[in-house]
Amino acid sequence: MSTDTTVEPAPAAPAPQREPQRSGLPSWAIQGLVSLSAIVLALLVGAILIIVGDDQVKTAVGYFGAAPMDTVSAAVSAVGEAYKALAVGALGGVTPITESLTQATPLICGGLAVSLAFRTGLFNIGAQGQLIVGAILAAYVGFAWDLPPVLHLVLAVIAGLIGGALWGGVVGVLKARTGAHEVIVTIMLNYVAIYLLQWLLTTSAFRRPGRTDPISPVVNSNAQYPQFGDTRLHLGFLVALLAAVFVWWLLNRSTIGFELRAVGANADASRTAGMSVGRAYIIAMVVAGALAGLAGTQQVLGTDLPLTDGVAASVGFDAITVALLGRGTPLGTVLAGLLFGALNAGGLQMQLITQTPLTLTTVLQAVIVLFVAAPALVRSIFPFLPKERGVGAVLAKGWNG
Amino acid sequence: MHLELSGLTKSFGSLVANDHIDLVIEPGEIHCLLGENGAGKSTLMNMLYGLLQPDSGEIVIDGEKVQITSPSDAIKHGIGMVHQHFMLVPVFTVAENIMLGRENTRAGGVLDRKKAHALVTELSDRYGFEVDPEALVENIPVGVQQRVEIIKALTNDASVLILDEPTAVLTPAEIDELIGVMRQLKENGTSIVFITHKLKEVKAIADKITVIRRGKVVGDAEPSASEEELAELMVGRAVDLVVDKEPAQPKDVVLRVEGLTVIDERGFTAVDSVDLEVRAGEILAVAGVQGNGQTELAEALLGLTPIAAGKISLDGDDLTGRSTRQRLDAGIGYVPEDRAHDGFVGPFTVAENLVLDLFRQAPFGNGLALRTDEIEKNAQARVEEFDIRTQGIDQPVSSLSGGNQQKVVLARELSRPLKLLVASQPTRGVDVGSIEFLHARIVEERDNGTAVLIVSTELDEIAALTDRVAVMYRGKVVGVVPADTPRDELGLMMAGASKSEAHEVAIENPTTLGTI
Amino acid sequence: MSETTADTVRPPAPAAIEAPADRTRRLRVGGVMLVFALIGFGLAIFTNGGKATFQLVSGDLQNNLLGVPAQFTALVLGILGVIAAGAYLLRRVPQSYSGYLAALLGICFIGSFLCWAAAGKTFPLANQFQGTLNFATPLILGALAGVLCERAGVINIAIEGQFLVGAFTAAVVSSTTNSAAAALIAAAVSGVVMAWLLAVFSIKYLVNQVVLGVVLVVFASGITGYLFDQFLQEDADKLNTPNVLSAVKIPGLADIPFIGPILFNQTVLVYLTYLAVAVVTFVLFQTRWGLRVRAVGEHPKAADTVGIKVKRVRYSAVLWAGVLAGLGGAFFTVGYAGSFSKEMTAGNGFIALAALIMGRWHPIGAMVAALFFGFATQLQSQLQIIQTPIPGELLLMAPYLATIIAVAGLVGRVRAPKADGEPYVTE
Repeated sequence: MSTDTTVEPAPAAPAPQREPQRSGLPSWAIQGLVSLSAIVLALLVGAILIIVGDDQVKTAVGYFGAAPMDTVSAAVSAVGEAYKALAVGALGGVTPITESLTQATPLICGGLAVSLAFRTGLFNIGAQGQLIVGAILAAYVGFAWDLPPVLHLVLAVIAGLIGGALWGGVVGVLKARTGAHEVIVTIMLNYVAIYLLQWLLTTSAFRRPGRTDPISPVVNSNAQYPQFGDTRLHLGFLVALLAAVFVWWLLNRSTIGFELRAVGANADASRTAGMSVGRAYIIAMVVAGALAGLAGTQQVLGTDLPLTDGVAASVGFDAITVALLGRGTPLGTVLAGLLFGALNAGGLQMQLITQTPLTLTTVLQAVIVLFVAAPALVRSIFPFLPKERGVGAVLAKGWNG
Repeated sequence: MHLELSGLTKSFGSLVANDHIDLVIEPGEIHCLLGENGAGKSTLMNMLYGLLQPDSGEIVIDGEKVQITSPSDAIKHGIGMVHQHFMLVPVFTVAENIMLGRENTRAGGVLDRKKAHALVTELSDRYGFEVDPEALVENIPVGVQQRVEIIKALTNDASVLILDEPTAVLTPAEIDELIGVMRQLKENGTSIVFITHKLKEVKAIADKITVIRRGKVVGDAEPSASEEELAELMVGRAVDLVVDKEPAQPKDVVLRVEGLTVIDERGFTAVDSVDLEVRAGEILAVAGVQGNGQTELAEALLGLTPIAAGKISLDGDDLTGRSTRQRLDAGIGYVPEDRAHDGFVGPFTVAENLVLDLFRQAPFGNGLALRTDEIEKNAQARVEEFDIRTQGIDQPVSSLSGGNQQKVVLARELSRPLKLLVASQPTRGVDVGSIEFLHARIVEERDNGTAVLIVSTELDEIAALTDRVAVMYRGKVVGVVPADTPRDELGLMMAGASKSEAHEVAIENPTTLGTI
Repeated sequence: MSETTADTVRPPAPAAIEAPADRTRRLRVGGVMLVFALIGFGLAIFTNGGKATFQLVSGDLQNNLLGVPAQFTALVLGILGVIAAGAYLLRRVPQSYSGYLAALLGICFIGSFLCWAAAGKTFPLANQFQGTLNFATPLILGALAGVLCERAGVINIAIEGQFLVGAFTAAVVSSTTNSAAAALIAAAVSGVVMAWLLAVFSIKYLVNQVVLGVVLVVFASGITGYLFDQFLQEDADKLNTPNVLSAVKIPGLADIPFIGPILFNQTVLVYLTYLAVAVVTFVLFQTRWGLRVRAVGEHPKAADTVGIKVKRVRYSAVLWAGVLAGLGGAFFTVGYAGSFSKEMTAGNGFIALAALIMGRWHPIGAMVAALFFGFATQLQSQLQIIQTPIPGELLLMAPYLATIIAVAGLVGRVRAPKADGEPYVTE
């Protein structure tokens, strides 16, 4: 208030009756079309990268003047084979599909962690750190304790939830008490968590006896998520779906969620209406952290089993792109998580079969989100897309916000 | 400079903000643009200044058609504008603000600060502005900031100067001075477009009056026209300038404020040992020029701003140290000054906003679960009771007009039993029809035995609506007087004079506005 | 002018009573300071007797050594630190001096820490400062890039991505051309390309800038990773054998005892960094362009109404920032490590972001913060050499923890440019 030179609040804006929608499509359908277009565009960008990197194309370019069509056919076949491998690796049969779902599992939980915070007006860039701390505690309970089945798993999962909730809660408390911007704090805590993990893996409590590399003992079988058949898919996937349902209920059907959404949309009005903005930030970050911690348990009790310094891989950062693609809604996040899980699983097969590096899928994911975040750009490339209302600087917020 | 706007049209979506507006500004005249909030005055001037592009129509300067696509075009054509929201960079000095966009530089683009300093000093002296070129803008009072804005326009050699609602932040004496400056400018041949919705000012200053209603020019008027005539032209029907109400029948003291002191973020005393009492069944106005601590006082009552000293009690209960939620639950209703900022959540639906401070309580909240059916039922009832014009209760509140948004806020606050209603600027930016409705509801609430505290900067509203007036100046209450105290006396008190001083001086030196 | 209005020209007097928010902040900040001061003092108590020896010339173990009584020095510094923290906590100094108190405390803390660590040993002080400068160079460049962007109102979280791309490009161009100049220019250009993406998506397409920054980092990591996998690994001899820049001695200045060899026997890139700090500071605060950059970052509409093209100014600031960030990236390959490897910038871009925030969006402040972060990183490897019981990982956390503490209170009232992160939309 104090640095504000403006004195009168804005006069009644000319009643912002928005343009009538130009198409009969509901907004979710339009968003779906935009997302689909973004995926197509990303695959085009990926195709260019595949062509550039392909050996046969390189050779064919060498005699481009003599037989230009060779270059073209080499390019087409390079792209075709790579994407075929990607698709088959993601969806072609039971093993690929279960692999995709396995990959999607932590992405969904991590994505929910980002989405929930997002709806409360917070950028949770810290899913990575929350996931790591969750994984540390879950793994420790998993390999250091000896408990009966079910109970052991439940306790290990709870430990993971607590770890994530703590790491997220710190952010919420600092934001509520001191106004420290969550983006900075979460980024910094990611690195603190990574170094914490690296250090713990050098201590006798965590390092597997007889090993010098940073790896912990294998998690006790009682503490592992049960697997479906002989696939890598485990119960954690269903837990992720349940988490999504829980987040939906929390946001849309609970008084806490009302408060979280209100704070996210207008913190000042929420405070004026008697809500505690700080409390909302803390709740959101604790729950978000717990969700990321849950993703950590899925990694360490389901997919990976021993704790290593690579436990988080890039899940925490991919979670951000998943949440963005899912537009902050639980259903969207699940769908986006499935898509990126499939891309990851397919990408591994692609690397195996056509030697196209897995890093290509990272590029694909970034480009998809970039396009989804800029619907105006997608629309300028595909002018036939219907107009969406209220697109644009919806979430524009700076450090001071 | 002879400026002619013809057929200017601008629409936002389906709303036509300006509909074929014609306007002629003669050289050296003070031309008032009179209209209600939202009538389209600012849109028109923003087109003239290049901030908005007209859909159709043309701008003709000295017989030549011109295209103004950006503020730099406008400046080039000799048009200057003092915006309602000052366009000053708070962390820059006055001199830096003045030179911005027209910097004097030495080799290599290095700023020539000396020249800027000299320029400010020169213009400041010429008009008696007393502006320190090296002061940071955020540290100077709004009245002075306005002078900086005027200097800024003058350094660009403006021959038409647009002043958008310039008097809202000024005391009556400062308004008098502004009028003096405007006359001085006029003598030097500058034309002035003066935008306002205040009838008294128009009559005091204008050479010519153009009235705009709902985006259209509805007529011209002479300054000699009566206030009633102008009001009718502006609103489109006969307007009752007074609120129908019986004399107040104050009962027990509900709100008692003792020695309240608030220190703002910058470490300045915003509210300075204020004592106040509001009784059940009366409306107390807190009057004053914007920025004299009224906002902080209201926020402190609600626990939105921490207090440094003092005590607030409601019906004898000490509220000091309680949270906002506890105070709302204790029976305070609150209509904040800036409703879009503090009053409602824009993307939330009308239904959700109508329970923004009630959603936890039965029947809307049931422990953790939210009863959406009850919330909808409540919304239907309120929409009907308060005549909220909306396409549906599931519309986002941001899509409603200012008046209807304010009705949502008031409807919510009045939908539970209150002991005290605190309403800041309850009718700011609201059309006349809604103003009448809102005033009537507030009076009704008073007559039901609620204590009402209204913070307002509009002397008209204070005179019409309230029973007693506490005038604030620099954080202090300089006096509490009856609502029918003469305008000049209130004006002097708003500039810091005590009750008795104000009374004497007002008789000896009537101001321009007070005498109309 | 009548008397009443002459009166209103004066700003209101500061309050005699401390505002509750100020009091909370003072207690909180003072509390944190006191904790650090007490830790420093505690270290002093547990410092071994004997001498702490500081090596003043790199590689010279015989001469130029500075020996101090370890525990005595540590105790003196520890007590000084406690006094500084106490003075702040009890409000014994005017607020404007509180920054100096924090700095004094910091120096005391580090001093007693070093005495504790080096007691009975020889601490290579010259190496410490040399390494500090090395680690800090890319951080300073990255933070300056951030300062330029954010002063213009565009949040730049993508410094990490610009680093990666700059490092990659510099490595490849240096390997293929053998020209240091070509490598640096190419790195700068690649930084500008990344900056252009940031600019277009944030300024034109109004994408949320925090989101955008994160996505651009992922994009940069993906694209450099892909190109590395496809080309650099296969053809490492041709594409990934850059020449590391050699140190250039500045005659005269390099002969100044102690600081000469540290500051003035460095690579071109380090000298460019000194220059960049000076130039950015001067340009931002003394030139027309700088005034406009700051105006569009604070109040874009005000700038617009005086005829400044807001978007154009923002583009220019973001693109110039790209030059700096690209050069910062080059440091990782041609300035230091030689060959490129995946994710080699290892979060330094985010530390640069932290430096910019701790430095309060000011070039000099950002430089000081970057030097502090460089100091902590270098200290970690030095302490491993002289074998202190502190795990290296915990020291590596120091920059991040320091940043959290800083944003949680020590930064105080200074805030980001007002319009930072907000796209400018005209109708």
